[in-house]
Amino acid sequence: MKKFTLPLLLLAFAVLLAAPMAFKSYGLYLLTYWLVFIIAIMGLNLTIGYAGQKSLGHAAFFGIGAYTVAIMMKAGLSFWLGLPAAALLCFVVGLILGFPALRVQTIYLAFATLGFNTAVWLVFRNEEWLTGGTFGLNNIARPQLFGLSLEGNLAYYYFVLAVTLLLGGLLWGLLRSPWGKAFTALRDNPIRAESLGIDIRRYTLLSFAIGAAYAGVAGALFASLVQFIDPAPFAIASSIMMYLMVVLGGPGYFLGPVLGSAVGVVLPEWLRFAQGWYLFVFGSAVVLLMIWLPDGLLSIPDRFKARKQARQASAARAASAQAAAKGAQA
Amino acid sequence: MTHPHHHDRPQGVPVLKVTDLRKAYGAIQAVGGVSFEVRPGEIFGVIGPNGAGKTTLFNSMLGQITPDSGRIELNGEDVTQLEPLELNRRGVGRTFQTLQVFGKMTVRDNLIVAAQEHQGSMFSRMFAPSDSGLGDKADALIDQFHIRHVADKKAGELSYGQQKLVDIAMAFMSEPDLVLLDEPCAGVNPSLVGGISSLLKELNRNPRIGKKSSFVVIEHNMDFVMDLCHRIMVMVEGKVMAIGTPDEIRANKQVLDAYLGS
Repeated sequence: MKKFTLPLLLLAFAVLLAAPMAFKSYGLYLLTYWLVFIIAIMGLNLTIGYAGQKSLGHAAFFGIGAYTVAIMMKAGLSFWLGLPAAALLCFVVGLILGFPALRVQTIYLAFATLGFNTAVWLVFRNEEWLTGGTFGLNNIARPQLFGLSLEGNLAYYYFVLAVTLLLGGLLWGLLRSPWGKAFTALRDNPIRAESLGIDIRRYTLLSFAIGAAYAGVAGALFASLVQFIDPAPFAIASSIMMYLMVVLGGPGYFLGPVLGSAVGVVLPEWLRFAQGWYLFVFGSAVVLLMIWLPDGLLSIPDRFKARKQARQASAARAASAQAAAKGAQA
Repeated sequence: MTHPHHHDRPQGVPVLKVTDLRKAYGAIQAVGGVSFEVRPGEIFGVIGPNGAGKTTLFNSMLGQITPDSGRIELNGEDVTQLEPLELNRRGVGRTFQTLQVFGKMTVRDNLIVAAQEHQGSMFSRMFAPSDSGLGDKADALIDQFHIRHVADKKAGELSYGQQKLVDIAMAFMSEPDLVLLDEPCAGVNPSLVGGISSLLKELNRNPRIGKKSSFVVIEHNMDFVMDLCHRIMVMVEGKVMAIGTPDEIRANKQVLDAYLGS
């Protein structure tokens, strides 16, 4: 991890704790929305950024999580049962989706996962008896925690913040463990990784499954946040947007999802004044970013460092060439 | 649970035994009935002109391709059908012809990741410390390879020669019984070739970690092979032309005519 990561994390934590003071109800709702996406994108960052698997089906897991909680709560079951069920179901489905990744890679894998997303979305839309179809499911309640109601936007914000920090901490621990190195090795050079005894099949499947479980939790929190779900937010356009959030933040950077989600979720709200021009501005910004910063926003410090090193190296070369020339003259 | 590698080898059993190995690509017989043994602690060289079948032989021994027939034994155990992953866990390390380091990891992490999967179970590794308890071992190899000054740099930022050293060191991190080196001098500055040769000799005779291992080396640099290897196998057109000590190979008229030239 980079040396700035911990101070940045602490600063971000302080800001997030104090944030409600600066926002009204809608602002809080938006902040919570952002946190939900941070969780989902943390999972996708593991799959794409750390393990190098090109997945364009993340919104499907987000949807499975949301519908799991919504359907279970409609059936009279507790949110606290629905939340782990959403994570578990997504973990299992993610594991299954990982199997194509053992056979195909890169753009072909992206298309396979895109197909998966479409299939899941069609289930959400067509299986009206279960999902409510295009009418969706409404009146999804927010839970209670030890008798405390999380109904209000402030309480729900702190609850989602706690879950985000917990899942962030778990991911941090996982990435610092030998698993983190194995995922990176799988991404950078699977053939070499296998020759070193790294079971690339298992790590590929797990990168999908864990990433999907994060999306499942995010989806469950999303359902309770918006209190009404229909198939629209879980279509392939959302998966593409989620992929973009990983890329914008910086794939393989721990804090990438925080920044990527902010750009994908919060920025559109701030740019509302631009109305129809918003997408044009956003699209152009993405094109420029991909040209100058293909490794995402968080790669900026690394680029400066690389530039500095290159300058130092060329200065050292020039100095030694000068010294050699002087030596030759003498 | 640790992985089942480093088998106790009964005395007299070779580390590697290849018997009548064959592999054809369509009408071309890339390897046509190759047999040889590698003894414990031996450095065994494989030489031959381009197209002699060395790479096909290597890939068969490493589980990258399945041979049409024949048998490969590691410490007396049949490993013919095993995949690279399983072979590594049974004590086979390797390097590749081209550089294969993890460029975004530090040199130290490259060495650690090269052996971490041999520590505990996959589940236990989820809770293991970041260096898997391999820090000391990695440091010992870093010193032996004289790459201490770049240990905390990203491998991708190093010079080609330094990366080559990291690449070779990685193959030794899991204390393998057998290391297959695919052209360790390819693309290396001539001044480093001698260094690699003495390093490999030192690793073979006085390893700082683990026990003595055997090597199989494919290499085009004839001086390097003759200096390093205990025995050499000459392959021509998929078959074994000769196996012997460097002196015997140098004196073999058939080899001189077919390969070494005047």
